[in-house]
Amino acid sequence: MGQKLLMKGNEVIAEAAVRAGCRHYFGYPITPQTEIAHYMAKRMPEVGGVFLQAESEVSAINMVYGAASTGKRVMTSSSSPGISLKQEGISYASGAELPAVIVNIMRGGPGLGGIQPSQSDYFQATKGGGHGDYHMVVLAPASVQELYELTVEAFNIADRYRILTMILGDGVLGQMMEVVNFRDEEKIESSDKSWAACGHENKREHNTITSIHIDPAVLEQWNLRYQKKYQAIIENEQRYELYNCEDADIILVAYGSVARICKGVIKEAQAQGIKLGLLRPITLWPFPVEGFEKVVNIPKAFLTVEMSAGQMVEDVKLASNGRKPVYFTGRMGGMIPTVDNVLSKVKEILGR
Amino acid sequence: MLLHEIIIAGFGGQGVLSAGRLLAYAGMLEDKEVSFLPSYGPEMRGGTANCMVVISDEAIASPVLNSCSALIVMNNPSLEKFEKWLKPGGLLITDSSLVLKKPSRTDIKVIEIPATQLANEVGNKTYSNIYLLGKLVKETQCFGVESFEKALYGILPKRKHHMIPEEMEVFKTGMNY
Repeated sequence: MGQKLLMKGNEVIAEAAVRAGCRHYFGYPITPQTEIAHYMAKRMPEVGGVFLQAESEVSAINMVYGAASTGKRVMTSSSSPGISLKQEGISYASGAELPAVIVNIMRGGPGLGGIQPSQSDYFQATKGGGHGDYHMVVLAPASVQELYELTVEAFNIADRYRILTMILGDGVLGQMMEVVNFRDEEKIESSDKSWAACGHENKREHNTITSIHIDPAVLEQWNLRYQKKYQAIIENEQRYELYNCEDADIILVAYGSVARICKGVIKEAQAQGIKLGLLRPITLWPFPVEGFEKVVNIPKAFLTVEMSAGQMVEDVKLASNGRKPVYFTGRMGGMIPTVDNVLSKVKEILGR
Repeated sequence: MLLHEIIIAGFGGQGVLSAGRLLAYAGMLEDKEVSFLPSYGPEMRGGTANCMVVISDEAIASPVLNSCSALIVMNNPSLEKFEKWLKPGGLLITDSSLVLKKPSRTDIKVIEIPATQLANEVGNKTYSNIYLLGKLVKETQCFGVESFEKALYGILPKRKHHMIPEEMEVFKTGMNY
């Protein structure tokens, strides 16, 4: 019997991290994710952990680099403009193969933008916002319960592959309250941390954590090693939800809070005699191509719905690979697509 | 199927968000599916505030509402903004001490309660939202009175628990107003 609580998304992320064994949090406040730092400030001292409000996002991500180098579970969080500031550190930590969790509760951009929910950081998160051939695992929860499950899982994945894992949410998910069921005890995967720079006491060779390899032949070898790891992740970690796809005329593709709106669209469409399904990517990287293979023969078309100008739609087109037409509808700047917005696009596609 | 899509709107400081949290919490206590989505950002700080609450016996699709089955408004701008969101046959409850405009819809049920005035009469103006919630719960039957009382104990800090018996009186006055 677990613990059933009504909690805010942001607070659940923080609590989940603590339950997953995270004892180091470095951050800097920004709406709409500040409750994560707020909760950590209160919670970390209770469990003997470190909460530190850094002087900037750049500083916070480099503190993450330091703590992760010692093999400890560590997290930082921010929202879109703050995540842009962290990109250099993200690239460095990826090169140094450091496991850590980064939370981005997205808001409207570009620039300082606004504070309302958005999904316009999809490219940045999945295609490499920093330099170099690297990837983060990107998880996209769609409920408060899933914020809990996937935050715990993010730490496990990070350790399993020595990779950065990002929780990509938006202002709706961060701010909303839903019921969360916490397990009594978390299963914390043990992992080999023999690479960590945590003091060798003259009993072993010292470990080096670095992303610099000046000799191009050596750097290529490192890159081959990274790519092998990414390939393993693509093979093992694709996650998605299929909903109502069995005989759908159009399959909607959406993640996070927009996927929730799409479930509302499906219900409304049913009442009007239109059959819709939903493919909800839970991992945005690796993109769940496997999910598309399962359903690509069913619909007349895919309709991607995002709070952006259309970013994930490019991956949907790659996954569909010309077999079915792929359409897009979305809102930007902090505006949230309505059921009517999506349904009228559906009718346009079906010529109804 | 039970599905309540409720919007509460007013000024920051009137207990708009607290009212929404109480609804969601009480719904949870009855093992219903609940979601609570507050407005956030600059409008919270002295401007208008609103929240969206869904109570359902099925998994909730979206916590983001574009229409509602019940609406509580605690100031004039909120009436103007949200009246059109009500579904036909929906329920509108206003704090008529502050909402001086009359709703223009004729296809909804309107209940006016001078909640701020009633609250001032019992000497605690923070009770105005509780009068309105009492009426909402009576009309929608979205959960039982006992669950509301438990929600107060669950949500209010301990130092305020001594006020709960009085708040329950206020709640019941609202129900029967």
